[in-house]
Amino acid sequence: MSFSEQFPIVLGSLNVGFLQTLRLFAITLIGAIPLGLVISFGSMSRIKPLRYLVKGIVWVVRGTPLMIQLLIIYYFPGLVLKNAIWGSGEMGRFFASSVAFIINYACYFSEIYRGGIEGVSVGQREAGLVLGMTKSQIFFKVILLQMIKRIVPPMANEIITLVKDTSLARIIALQEIIWAGQSFLKGSQGISGVIWPLFFTAVYYLLFTGVLTLLFGKIEKKLSFFK
Amino acid sequence: MAILEVKGLKKTFGNTEVLKDINFELEQGKALAVIGSSGSGKTTLLRCLNYLETPTEGTIYVAGDKVFDASENIKLSEADIRERRLHFGLVFQSFNLFPQYTALDNVCLAETLKAKSMPDFAANKAKILAEIKEHGKELLDMMGLSERMNHYPHQLSGGQQQRVAIARALALSPDILCFDEPTSALDPELTGEVLKVIRSLAEKNTTMIIVTHEMAFARDVADTVMFMDGGNIVEMGPANDVINNPQEERTKQFLSRYTEG
Repeated sequence: MSFSEQFPIVLGSLNVGFLQTLRLFAITLIGAIPLGLVISFGSMSRIKPLRYLVKGIVWVVRGTPLMIQLLIIYYFPGLVLKNAIWGSGEMGRFFASSVAFIINYACYFSEIYRGGIEGVSVGQREAGLVLGMTKSQIFFKVILLQMIKRIVPPMANEIITLVKDTSLARIIALQEIIWAGQSFLKGSQGISGVIWPLFFTAVYYLLFTGVLTLLFGKIEKKLSFFK
Repeated sequence: MAILEVKGLKKTFGNTEVLKDINFELEQGKALAVIGSSGSGKTTLLRCLNYLETPTEGTIYVAGDKVFDASENIKLSEADIRERRLHFGLVFQSFNLFPQYTALDNVCLAETLKAKSMPDFAANKAKILAEIKEHGKELLDMMGLSERMNHYPHQLSGGQQQRVAIARALALSPDILCFDEPTSALDPELTGEVLKVIRSLAEKNTTMIIVTHEMAFARDVADTVMFMDGGNIVEMGPANDVINNPQEERTKQFLSRYTEG
Protein backbone atom coordinates (compact mmCIF):
# COMPACT_ATOMS: atom_id res chain seq x y z
CA MET A 1 0.00 0.00 0.00
CA SER A 2 1.43 3.34 -0.96
CA PHE A 3 1.82 6.20 1.47
CA SER A 4 -0.99 8.17 -0.09
CA GLU A 5 -3.26 5.17 0.37
CA GLN A 6 -2.11 4.62 3.96
CA PHE A 7 -2.45 8.24 4.99
CA PRO A 8 -6.26 8.59 5.16
CA ILE A 9 -6.62 5.23 6.93
CA VAL A 10 -4.01 6.16 9.52
CA LEU A 11 -5.48 9.62 10.00
CA GLY A 12 -8.92 8.14 10.62
CA SER A 13 -7.54 5.82 13.30
CA LEU A 14 -5.47 8.52 14.91
CA ASN A 15 -8.50 10.80 15.05
CA VAL A 16 -10.49 8.14 16.85
CA GLY A 17 -7.58 7.61 19.26
CA PHE A 18 -7.17 11.33 19.80
CA LEU A 19 -10.84 11.62 20.67
CA GLN A 20 -10.28 9.12 23.47
CA THR A 21 -7.20 11.14 24.56
CA LEU A 22 -9.36 14.27 24.67
CA ARG A 23 -12.06 12.50 26.66
CA LEU A 24 -9.57 11.36 29.29
CA PHE A 25 -8.05 14.85 29.36
CA ALA A 26 -11.44 16.52 29.83
CA ILE A 27 -12.77 14.15 32.47
CA THR A 28 -9.52 14.46 34.43
CA LEU A 29 -9.85 18.25 34.53
CA ILE A 30 -13.55 18.13 35.38
CA GLY A 31 -12.84 15.77 38.27
CA ALA A 32 -9.46 16.97 39.50
CA ILE A 33 -10.02 20.74 39.52
CA PRO A 34 -12.75 20.62 42.23
CA LEU A 35 -11.35 17.54 44.00
CA GLY A 36 -7.99 19.30 44.26
CA LEU A 37 -9.67 22.18 46.10
CA VAL A 38 -11.20 19.76 48.60
CA ILE A 39 -7.80 18.10 49.11
CA SER A 40 -6.08 21.46 49.53
CA PHE A 41 -8.59 22.46 52.22
CA GLY A 42 -7.89 19.10 53.89
CA SER A 43 -4.14 19.69 53.82
CA MET A 44 -4.67 23.10 55.47
CA SER A 45 -7.25 21.83 58.00
CA ARG A 46 -6.93 22.78 61.65
CA ILE A 47 -7.87 19.19 62.55
CA LYS A 48 -4.47 17.55 62.87
CA PRO A 49 -5.32 13.89 62.07
CA LEU A 50 -7.19 14.98 58.94
CA ARG A 51 -4.34 17.23 57.85
CA TYR A 52 -1.75 14.47 58.30
CA LEU A 53 -3.95 11.89 56.56
CA VAL A 54 -4.44 14.16 53.55
CA LYS A 55 -0.78 15.12 53.42
CA GLY A 56 0.12 11.42 53.60
CA ILE A 57 -2.14 10.60 50.67
CA VAL A 58 -0.72 13.47 48.64
CA TRP A 59 2.80 12.28 49.42
CA VAL A 60 2.05 8.72 48.22
CA VAL A 61 0.25 9.85 45.07
CA ARG A 62 2.90 12.39 44.09
CA GLY A 63 5.72 10.10 45.15
CA THR A 64 4.82 7.11 42.96
CA PRO A 65 4.61 6.88 39.17
CA LEU A 66 1.21 7.47 37.64
CA MET A 67 1.82 4.35 35.55
CA ILE A 68 1.93 2.18 38.68
CA GLN A 69 -1.20 3.87 40.01
CA LEU A 70 -2.96 3.10 36.74
CA LEU A 71 -1.93 -0.56 36.89
CA ILE A 72 -2.98 -0.92 40.53
CA ILE A 73 -6.35 0.78 40.04
CA TYR A 74 -7.10 -1.25 36.91
CA TYR A 75 -5.88 -4.70 37.99
CA PHE A 76 -6.20 -4.73 41.79
CA PRO A 77 -10.00 -5.15 42.01
CA GLY A 78 -10.16 -7.98 39.47
CA LEU A 79 -6.95 -9.87 40.09
CA VAL A 80 -6.54 -9.47 43.86
CA LEU A 81 -10.05 -8.85 45.19
CA LYS A 82 -11.61 -11.10 42.57
CA ASN A 83 -14.17 -8.42 41.91
CA ALA A 84 -13.67 -6.90 38.48
CA ILE A 85 -15.47 -3.63 39.13
CA TRP A 86 -14.27 -2.05 35.91
CA GLY A 87 -15.76 -4.72 33.73
CA SER A 88 -14.07 -5.62 30.49
CA GLY A 89 -13.68 -3.64 27.34
CA GLU A 90 -12.81 -0.07 26.47
CA MET A 91 -15.43 1.46 28.81
CA GLY A 92 -13.90 -0.30 31.81
CA ARG A 93 -10.41 0.81 30.86
CA PHE A 94 -11.64 4.35 30.44
CA PHE A 95 -13.29 4.40 33.89
CA ALA A 96 -10.19 3.00 35.56
CA SER A 97 -7.95 5.49 33.77
CA SER A 98 -10.27 8.35 34.72
CA VAL A 99 -10.16 7.42 38.40
CA ALA A 100 -6.37 7.10 38.39
CA PHE A 101 -5.84 10.38 36.54
CA ILE A 102 -8.35 12.33 38.61
CA ILE A 103 -6.79 11.21 41.92
CA ASN A 104 -3.26 11.82 40.67
CA TYR A 105 -3.92 15.24 39.21
CA ALA A 106 -6.14 16.35 42.10
CA CYS A 107 -3.16 15.83 44.40
CA TYR A 108 -0.88 17.92 42.19
CA PHE A 109 -3.55 20.62 41.81
CA SER A 110 -4.14 20.67 45.59
CA GLU A 111 -0.53 21.68 46.19
CA ILE A 112 -0.80 24.44 43.60
CA TYR A 113 -4.04 25.68 45.18
CA ARG A 114 -2.49 25.58 48.64
CA GLY A 115 0.39 27.72 47.44
CA GLY A 116 -2.10 30.08 45.80
CA ILE A 117 -4.28 30.43 48.89
CA GLU A 118 -1.36 30.80 51.28
CA GLY A 119 0.22 33.30 48.92
CA VAL A 120 -2.71 35.71 49.33
CA SER A 121 -1.67 37.84 52.30
CA VAL A 122 -3.28 37.37 55.71
CA GLY A 123 -4.09 41.08 55.53
CA GLN A 124 -6.66 40.43 52.80
CA ARG A 125 -8.53 38.00 55.01
CA GLU A 126 -8.29 40.34 58.01
CA ALA A 127 -9.52 43.30 55.96
CA GLY A 128 -12.57 41.22 55.03
CA LEU A 129 -13.11 40.19 58.64
CA VAL A 130 -13.04 43.72 60.06
CA LEU A 131 -15.54 44.73 57.37
CA GLY A 132 -17.93 42.15 58.79
CA MET A 133 -17.74 39.77 55.84
CA THR A 134 -18.47 36.07 56.35
CA LYS A 135 -15.80 33.44 55.79
CA SER A 136 -17.38 32.30 52.55
CA GLN A 137 -17.76 35.90 51.31
CA ILE A 138 -14.08 36.46 52.05
CA PHE A 139 -13.13 33.33 50.11
CA PHE A 140 -15.35 33.91 47.08
CA LYS A 141 -15.25 37.72 46.86
CA VAL A 142 -11.72 38.48 48.02
CA ILE A 143 -9.38 35.48 47.99
CA LEU A 144 -10.55 33.40 45.02
CA LEU A 145 -9.69 35.71 42.14
CA GLN A 146 -6.32 36.61 43.64
CA MET A 147 -5.64 32.92 44.08
CA ILE A 148 -6.67 32.15 40.49
CA LYS A 149 -4.32 34.82 39.22
CA ARG A 150 -1.48 33.23 41.17
CA ILE A 151 -2.20 29.68 40.09
CA VAL A 152 -2.77 30.20 36.37
CA PRO A 153 0.92 29.83 35.37
CA PRO A 154 1.61 26.66 37.43
CA MET A 155 -1.78 25.21 36.44
CA ALA A 156 -1.01 25.84 32.78
CA ASN A 157 2.19 23.87 33.21
CA GLU A 158 0.43 21.00 34.91
CA ILE A 159 -2.41 20.89 32.39
CA ILE A 160 0.04 20.78 29.48
CA THR A 161 1.80 17.92 31.23
CA LEU A 162 -1.58 16.20 31.54
CA VAL A 163 -2.05 16.29 27.77
CA LYS A 164 1.07 14.19 27.36
CA ASP A 165 0.49 12.06 30.47
CA THR A 166 -2.75 10.71 28.99
CA SER A 167 -0.48 8.51 26.86
CA LEU A 168 0.36 6.56 30.05
CA ALA A 169 -3.12 4.99 29.82
CA ARG A 170 -1.65 2.99 26.94
CA ILE A 171 -0.22 0.68 29.67
CA ILE A 172 -3.70 -0.70 30.35
CA ALA A 173 -4.48 -0.69 26.62
CA LEU A 174 -6.81 2.30 26.62
CA GLN A 175 -7.35 3.03 22.95
CA GLU A 176 -5.96 6.52 22.98
CA ILE A 177 -3.82 8.03 20.25
CA ILE A 178 -0.53 6.25 21.09
CA TRP A 179 -2.37 2.93 21.07
CA ALA A 180 -3.90 3.86 17.72
CA GLY A 181 -0.54 4.80 16.22
CA GLN A 182 1.14 1.69 17.54
CA SER A 183 -1.51 -0.57 16.07
CA PHE A 184 -0.05 -0.01 12.61
CA LEU A 185 3.25 -1.44 13.79
CA LYS A 186 1.66 -4.75 14.70
CA GLY A 187 -0.85 -4.62 11.88
CA SER A 188 -4.24 -3.05 11.49
CA GLN A 189 -6.56 -2.41 8.57
CA GLY A 190 -4.12 -4.01 6.16
CA ILE A 191 -1.19 -1.87 7.28
CA SER A 192 1.61 -3.43 9.34
CA GLY A 193 5.22 -2.81 10.22
CA VAL A 194 4.79 0.93 9.75
CA ILE A 195 6.34 3.22 12.35
CA TRP A 196 5.42 6.69 11.03
CA PRO A 197 1.87 6.75 12.42
CA LEU A 198 3.33 6.42 15.92
CA PHE A 199 5.72 9.29 15.27
CA PHE A 200 2.92 11.28 13.67
CA THR A 201 0.91 11.27 16.93
CA ALA A 202 3.39 13.88 18.18
CA VAL A 203 1.82 16.38 15.76
CA TYR A 204 -1.52 15.98 17.54
CA TYR A 205 0.04 16.60 20.94
CA LEU A 206 1.96 19.56 19.65
CA LEU A 207 -1.09 21.20 18.08
CA PHE A 208 -3.20 20.60 21.15
CA THR A 209 -0.63 21.94 23.61
CA GLY A 210 -0.15 24.89 21.25
CA VAL A 211 -3.85 25.75 21.48
CA LEU A 212 -3.73 25.42 25.27
CA THR A 213 -0.65 27.65 25.51
CA LEU A 214 -2.47 30.37 23.58
CA LEU A 215 -5.55 29.94 25.75
CA PHE A 216 -3.62 30.25 29.01
CA GLY A 217 -1.81 33.28 27.66
CA LYS A 218 -5.21 34.88 27.07
CA ILE A 219 -6.38 34.05 30.59
CA GLU A 220 -3.21 35.51 32.10
CA LYS A 221 -3.72 38.65 30.09
CA LYS A 222 -7.34 38.89 31.20
CA LEU A 223 -6.26 38.75 34.83
CA SER A 224 -3.59 41.40 34.42
CA PHE A 225 -6.02 44.24 35.21
CA PHE A 226 -4.96 44.00 38.87
CA LYS A 227 -1.75 43.29 40.68
CA MET B 1 -21.24 58.00 79.07
CA ALA B 2 -18.13 56.62 77.49
CA ILE B 3 -18.60 55.10 74.06
CA LEU B 4 -15.80 52.63 74.78
CA GLU B 5 -14.77 51.10 78.06
CA VAL B 6 -11.95 48.57 78.33
CA LYS B 7 -11.50 46.81 81.65
CA GLY B 8 -8.66 44.54 82.76
CA LEU B 9 -7.69 43.54 79.24
CA LYS B 10 -4.90 40.96 79.07
CA LYS B 11 -3.48 39.05 76.16
CA THR B 12 -0.83 36.37 76.26
CA PHE B 13 0.78 34.57 73.33
CA GLY B 14 2.26 31.38 74.75
CA ASN B 15 4.34 32.61 77.67
CA THR B 16 4.59 36.19 76.49
CA GLU B 17 2.28 38.72 78.09
CA VAL B 18 1.66 41.26 75.37
CA LEU B 19 -1.07 43.17 77.17
CA LYS B 20 -0.82 43.11 80.96
CA ASP B 21 -3.73 45.05 82.41
CA ILE B 22 -5.30 47.59 80.12
CA ASN B 23 -8.03 49.87 81.49
CA PHE B 24 -9.30 52.97 79.76
CA GLU B 25 -12.36 54.84 78.59
CA LEU B 26 -13.00 56.85 75.48
CA GLU B 27 -15.69 59.50 75.16
CA GLN B 28 -17.92 59.75 72.12
CA GLY B 29 -16.45 62.06 69.47
CA LYS B 30 -12.95 62.09 70.93
CA ALA B 31 -9.69 61.01 69.35
CA LEU B 32 -7.23 58.90 71.32
CA ALA B 33 -3.64 58.58 70.13
CA VAL B 34 -1.68 55.55 71.29
CA ILE B 35 2.08 55.95 71.27
CA GLY B 36 4.94 53.72 72.36
CA SER B 37 7.83 51.75 70.92
CA SER B 38 7.42 48.62 68.81
CA GLY B 39 6.36 45.64 70.85
CA SER B 40 4.66 47.73 73.51
CA GLY B 41 1.29 46.15 72.68
CA LYS B 42 -0.34 49.01 70.78
CA THR B 43 -1.20 46.99 67.71
CA THR B 44 -2.34 44.01 69.77
CA LEU B 45 -4.73 46.30 71.61
CA LEU B 46 -6.31 47.43 68.32
CA ARG B 47 -6.46 43.84 67.09
CA CYS B 48 -8.24 42.78 70.28
CA LEU B 49 -10.83 45.53 69.83
CA ASN B 50 -11.43 44.34 66.27
CA TYR B 51 -11.74 40.65 67.21
CA LEU B 52 -8.65 39.75 65.23
CA GLU B 53 -7.20 38.49 68.52
CA THR B 54 -9.15 37.08 71.44
CA PRO B 55 -8.11 38.68 74.74
CA THR B 56 -7.08 36.25 77.48
CA GLU B 57 -8.86 38.29 80.15
CA GLY B 58 -10.96 41.40 80.40
CA THR B 59 -14.15 43.01 79.20
CA ILE B 60 -14.99 45.53 76.49
CA TYR B 61 -18.09 47.73 76.55
CA VAL B 62 -19.38 49.82 73.67
CA ALA B 63 -21.94 52.48 74.67
CA GLY B 64 -22.57 50.58 77.87
CA ASP B 65 -23.21 47.23 76.14
CA LYS B 66 -20.83 44.43 76.92
CA VAL B 67 -19.42 43.31 73.56
CA PHE B 68 -16.67 41.10 74.93
CA ASP B 69 -16.10 39.25 78.18
CA ALA B 70 -13.25 36.77 78.42
CA SER B 71 -14.75 35.14 81.52
CA GLU B 72 -17.90 34.14 79.64
CA ASN B 73 -17.32 30.67 78.38
CA ILE B 74 -19.93 30.78 75.68
CA LYS B 75 -18.43 30.53 72.25
CA LEU B 76 -19.95 33.27 70.15
CA SER B 77 -21.33 32.35 66.77
CA GLU B 78 -19.58 33.75 63.71
CA ALA B 79 -22.62 35.96 63.06
CA ASP B 80 -22.51 37.42 66.59
CA ILE B 81 -18.83 38.22 66.29
CA ARG B 82 -19.45 39.86 62.92
CA GLU B 83 -22.19 42.04 64.32
CA ARG B 84 -20.13 43.12 67.33
CA ARG B 85 -17.08 43.69 65.22
CA LEU B 86 -18.94 46.34 63.24
CA HIS B 87 -18.81 48.66 66.25
CA PHE B 88 -15.19 49.07 65.23
CA GLY B 89 -13.47 49.92 61.98
CA LEU B 90 -9.80 49.28 61.31
CA VAL B 91 -7.38 50.97 58.95
CA PHE B 92 -4.27 48.86 58.47
CA GLN B 93 -0.68 49.96 58.21
CA SER B 94 -0.36 48.15 54.87
CA PHE B 95 -3.76 49.37 53.53
CA ASN B 96 -4.93 45.85 52.56
CA LEU B 97 -7.13 47.11 49.76
CA PHE B 98 -8.66 44.40 47.60
CA PRO B 99 -6.52 44.57 44.43
CA GLN B 100 -9.17 43.22 42.05
CA TYR B 101 -11.68 45.97 42.85
CA THR B 102 -11.65 49.64 41.92
CA ALA B 103 -11.41 52.25 44.66
CA LEU B 104 -15.19 52.69 44.63
CA ASP B 105 -15.87 48.95 44.68
CA ASN B 106 -13.45 48.55 47.59
CA VAL B 107 -15.51 51.06 49.52
CA CYS B 108 -18.88 49.56 48.53
CA LEU B 109 -18.12 45.82 48.71
CA ALA B 110 -18.88 45.10 52.38
CA GLU B 111 -21.99 47.29 52.40
CA THR B 112 -23.26 45.60 49.24
CA LEU B 113 -22.71 42.12 50.64
CA LYS B 114 -24.47 43.13 53.84
CA ALA B 115 -27.42 44.57 51.92
CA LYS B 116 -27.72 41.38 49.85
CA SER B 117 -28.32 39.36 53.00
CA MET B 118 -31.30 41.53 53.95
CA PRO B 119 -34.78 40.17 53.18
CA ASP B 120 -35.96 43.31 51.35
CA PHE B 121 -32.97 43.37 48.99
CA ALA B 122 -34.55 41.59 46.02
CA ALA B 123 -37.52 43.96 45.95
CA ASN B 124 -35.48 47.19 46.03
CA LYS B 125 -32.25 45.96 44.49
CA ALA B 126 -31.60 48.82 42.08
CA LYS B 127 -32.45 51.49 44.63
CA ILE B 128 -30.33 49.97 47.41
CA LEU B 129 -27.32 49.48 45.14
CA ALA B 130 -27.58 53.05 43.87
CA GLU B 131 -27.68 54.34 47.44
CA ILE B 132 -24.61 52.35 48.41
CA LYS B 133 -22.76 53.61 45.37
CA GLU B 134 -23.78 57.18 46.15
CA HIS B 135 -22.57 56.76 49.73
CA GLY B 136 -19.26 55.34 48.49
CA LYS B 137 -18.79 58.27 46.13
CA GLU B 138 -19.48 60.74 48.93
CA LEU B 139 -16.87 59.08 51.13
CA LEU B 140 -14.22 59.07 48.40
CA ASP B 141 -15.10 62.67 47.64
CA MET B 142 -14.54 63.48 51.30
CA MET B 143 -11.10 61.84 50.99
CA GLY B 144 -10.33 64.06 48.00
CA LEU B 145 -10.41 61.12 45.60
CA SER B 146 -13.36 61.94 43.34
CA GLU B 147 -11.02 61.71 40.33
CA ARG B 148 -9.71 58.28 41.32
CA MET B 149 -12.89 56.30 41.98
CA ASN B 150 -12.47 53.92 39.06
CA HIS B 151 -8.77 53.30 39.55
CA TYR B 152 -7.48 49.98 40.78
CA PRO B 153 -5.28 50.02 43.89
CA HIS B 154 -2.06 49.39 41.93
CA GLN B 155 -2.80 52.55 39.93
CA LEU B 156 -2.86 54.67 43.09
CA SER B 157 -0.06 56.08 45.25
CA GLY B 158 0.36 54.79 48.79
CA GLY B 159 -1.27 57.89 50.22
CA GLN B 160 -4.23 57.53 47.88
CA GLN B 161 -4.56 53.84 48.71
CA GLN B 162 -4.62 54.59 52.42
CA ARG B 163 -7.31 57.23 51.88
CA VAL B 164 -9.41 54.66 50.00
CA ALA B 165 -8.87 52.30 52.95
CA ILE B 166 -10.14 55.00 55.33
CA ALA B 167 -13.23 55.54 53.16
CA ARG B 168 -13.76 51.76 53.12
CA ALA B 169 -13.60 51.61 56.92
CA LEU B 170 -16.03 54.53 57.21
CA ALA B 171 -18.54 52.96 54.82
CA LEU B 172 -20.06 50.78 57.51
CA SER B 173 -20.27 53.72 59.96
CA PRO B 174 -18.35 52.17 62.85
CA ASP B 175 -18.77 53.68 66.33
CA ILE B 176 -15.03 53.75 66.78
CA LEU B 177 -12.52 53.97 63.95
CA CYS B 178 -9.10 52.47 64.67
CA PHE B 179 -5.89 53.29 62.82
CA ASP B 180 -2.88 51.00 63.06
CA GLU B 181 0.12 53.18 62.19
CA PRO B 182 -1.67 54.54 59.13
CA THR B 183 1.36 56.39 57.76
CA SER B 184 4.21 54.02 58.65
CA ALA B 185 4.23 52.34 55.24
CA LEU B 186 4.24 55.66 53.38
CA ASP B 187 7.00 57.83 51.97
CA PRO B 188 7.42 60.97 54.10
CA GLU B 189 5.97 63.20 51.39
CA LEU B 190 2.79 61.11 51.31
CA THR B 191 2.09 61.01 55.05
CA GLY B 192 0.79 64.59 55.02
CA GLU B 193 -2.22 63.85 52.82
CA VAL B 194 -3.29 60.94 55.04
CA LEU B 195 -2.80 62.89 58.27
CA LYS B 196 -4.83 65.73 56.81
CA VAL B 197 -7.76 63.39 56.21
CA ILE B 198 -7.56 61.99 59.74
CA ARG B 199 -7.40 65.53 61.08
CA SER B 200 -10.56 66.44 59.18
CA LEU B 201 -12.28 63.38 60.67
CA ALA B 202 -11.27 64.55 64.14
CA GLU B 203 -12.76 67.96 63.38
CA LYS B 204 -16.03 66.20 62.54
CA ASN B 205 -15.88 64.52 65.96
CA THR B 206 -15.30 61.01 64.70
CA THR B 207 -14.46 58.72 67.61
CA MET B 208 -11.00 57.38 66.82
CA ILE B 209 -8.13 55.41 68.25
CA ILE B 210 -4.91 56.14 66.38
CA VAL B 211 -1.74 54.14 66.91
CA THR B 212 0.98 56.41 65.58
CA HIS B 213 4.63 57.40 65.64
CA GLU B 214 3.85 60.96 64.55
CA MET B 215 4.18 62.80 67.87
CA ALA B 216 3.31 66.28 66.62
CA PHE B 217 0.25 64.85 64.92
CA ALA B 218 -0.81 63.02 68.09
CA ARG B 219 -0.44 66.24 70.09
CA ASP B 220 -2.34 68.43 67.63
CA VAL B 221 -5.14 66.10 66.55
CA ALA B 222 -5.84 63.77 69.46
CA ASP B 223 -7.75 64.80 72.55
CA THR B 224 -6.07 62.18 74.68
CA VAL B 225 -2.70 60.46 74.38
CA MET B 226 -1.92 57.06 75.80
CA PHE B 227 1.71 55.98 76.18
CA MET B 228 2.18 52.21 76.29
CA ASP B 229 5.25 50.29 77.31
CA GLY B 230 5.71 46.56 77.86
CA GLY B 231 2.01 45.84 77.65
CA ASN B 232 1.01 48.48 80.20
CA ILE B 233 -0.48 51.95 79.95
CA VAL B 234 2.30 54.03 81.50
CA GLU B 235 0.69 57.41 81.11
CA MET B 236 -2.57 58.71 79.73
CA GLY B 237 -3.95 62.22 79.69
CA PRO B 238 -4.74 65.31 77.61
CA ALA B 239 -2.65 65.21 74.44
CA ASN B 240 -0.75 68.41 75.04
CA ASP B 241 0.18 67.46 78.61
CA VAL B 242 1.47 63.99 77.80
CA ILE B 243 3.53 65.05 74.78
CA ASN B 244 4.87 68.38 76.05
CA ASN B 245 5.02 67.71 79.76
CA PRO B 246 5.20 63.98 80.48
CA GLN B 247 5.18 62.96 84.14
CA GLU B 248 6.57 59.44 83.97
CA GLU B 249 10.30 58.81 83.52
CA ARG B 250 9.64 56.16 80.86
CA THR B 251 7.48 58.54 78.82
CA LYS B 252 10.14 61.26 78.99
CA GLN B 253 12.76 58.81 77.76
CA PHE B 254 10.57 57.69 74.88
CA LEU B 255 9.61 61.21 73.80
CA SER B 256 13.16 62.56 74.04
CA ARG B 257 14.12 60.35 71.10
CA TYR B 258 11.62 62.22 68.97
CA THR B 259 12.48 65.76 70.08
CA GLU B 260 16.23 65.18 69.83
CA GLY B 261 15.91 63.46 66.47
